[in-house]
Amino acid sequence: MKVEQISIFIENKSGRLAEVTHALGDAGVNILALSLADTNDFGILRLIVDQTDLARTTLKQKGFTVNKTDVVAVEVPDRPSGLYSILTILDQGQVNVEYMYAFVERQGGNAVIIFRFDNTEEAIQVLLRSGVNVLLGERVHGQ
Amino acid sequence: MLSSRTKMNLFKQPQRIWDPVNECLDRDSLELLQLSRLRSTLENVYRNVPCYQVKFGEAAVGPEDLRQLSDLAHFPFTTKEDLRLNYPYGMFAVPMREVVRIHSSSGTTGKPTVVGYTRQDLNTWSELAARFMTAAGVTEDDIVHIAFGYGLFTGAFGLHYGAERLGASVIPMSSGNTDKQIMIMQDYRSTALVCTPSYALTLADRMERLGIDPASLNLRFGLFGAEPWSEEMRREIETRLQIIATDNFGLSEVMGPGIAGECLHRCGMHIFEDHFIPEIIDPDTGKVLPPGSRGELVLTSLTKEAFPMVRYRTRDITRLHYEPCACGRTHVRMEKTMGRSDDMLIIKGVNVFPTQIEEVLFQVEGCEPHYQLVLDRVGAMDTLEVQVEVNERIFFDEMKKQRGFVDMLEKRLVSALGVGAKVKLVEPSSMPRHEGKANRIVDRRKP
Repeated sequence: MKVEQISIFIENKSGRLAEVTHALGDAGVNILALSLADTNDFGILRLIVDQTDLARTTLKQKGFTVNKTDVVAVEVPDRPSGLYSILTILDQGQVNVEYMYAFVERQGGNAVIIFRFDNTEEAIQVLLRSGVNVLLGERVHGQ
Repeated sequence: MLSSRTKMNLFKQPQRIWDPVNECLDRDSLELLQLSRLRSTLENVYRNVPCYQVKFGEAAVGPEDLRQLSDLAHFPFTTKEDLRLNYPYGMFAVPMREVVRIHSSSGTTGKPTVVGYTRQDLNTWSELAARFMTAAGVTEDDIVHIAFGYGLFTGAFGLHYGAERLGASVIPMSSGNTDKQIMIMQDYRSTALVCTPSYALTLADRMERLGIDPASLNLRFGLFGAEPWSEEMRREIETRLQIIATDNFGLSEVMGPGIAGECLHRCGMHIFEDHFIPEIIDPDTGKVLPPGSRGELVLTSLTKEAFPMVRYRTRDITRLHYEPCACGRTHVRMEKTMGRSDDMLIIKGVNVFPTQIEEVLFQVEGCEPHYQLVLDRVGAMDTLEVQVEVNERIFFDEMKKQRGFVDMLEKRLVSALGVGAKVKLVEPSSMPRHEGKANRIVDRRKP
């Protein structure tokens, strides 16, 4: 059920983001979703890619600091209050969201939300019990 | 982690002492020897070096005023400034035709200082380097990999001569080209590594990145010097390279490496007192401090011919221990230096040594010593920024944790230094790596 995400430490300097994407492009890695959290000094770039391990080794060789984390991808109903219904389920299940970001599925055009939970296993159980469509890792990475 | 097997083997065998007669002299005989050697040193410089004639005259002392060792305190200090004023050969005590070698200090500030060696001086240097290298575990069966830069810097030659003298096989690798260093270490089966402690970590980093397990190498010992380093740094080097690391001490103005070195008990560096007299002084008043006090190390050479030194102010802050060492050597032990009093930073009126900051960084689990200190002045206020290179162990995908880490580091720095510091995380390898001495300080404050 889990999706693999890589996070990269990026100093707040011009051209660093370009270098990450350039390295991944050269290695033939496709970026499926991304989010960037930033402060004055540095940023944390989070990526979902089609080849996680290749992306990780490529960036490490380029001298970047890279970590891998498990996140959860959830398909959101394409209607008003779609996201709200999912957040309500999480709230009632007392699951904390550390951060989240969204992308649109290539097939079907549905919105997909990537969640990072403090307790991933428990969050997946809560979502599944309420009938939420939690996407398989293979489906996300392989699209 | 070092296997307990390696450590046990080390202490099962009796530890070798290169020159047991002179390294284990009882204190009375040692002081007698020191007194007679000191007297001839003072006479020599007074006769042959104009600078000393002038300085002794100003202090109204002469060689005949030395009746006992404690009389040395009446003689004037020699400073780096004296060496600069007499640049290049003014302090030599022999004619140039007797000088067979010239070396020079790194000259980080101003003109370099020039030092000379007679044939006998090179012989003494080799003997003393063989002493501390033997104390650090090196034997004739070792293959000594010297990754100090060969050149005017005394580091490489000192250990080179010492290793040859004790019969080890020397690889005069010199500095730079980290990948090739590692290849040579693998192929030539180096067993003892000689370099700066910061370069040892650079080698460990590179091996990690290349996927080379240090345990697959033949390295057993590391002999590190030329820059101050902390106990935490020692532990990290030992764990990551799987070696036993010892510290050694020297400065080119006095001789180069071979003034002092740790034995495998690692409880301070034995200063070879039959060749040097150490004193500890208060750096502000110049007063000699009682045994056991922390202060500036002052060294007098006892056997040097070309470039004798009387009461040279090293600017290194340390402490001397006179209690006997378990290894059997009777020579006094000096603590690892906290850094040069020249390196001491005064931030908002507080004395700060870069090594204190290093200790804090090491205590935070996983933090490598790749850091730089940037000092600036905003209005009338000094600011200190500690730039720390990020690695996987201290990088989190959650901003909350990442910020929490920075806050924790800042809190620890304040409590250790007594002055606030801003921590800035930077990408790995964004700081210059040095094969020579690490330059970790950028001071942008106007004088």
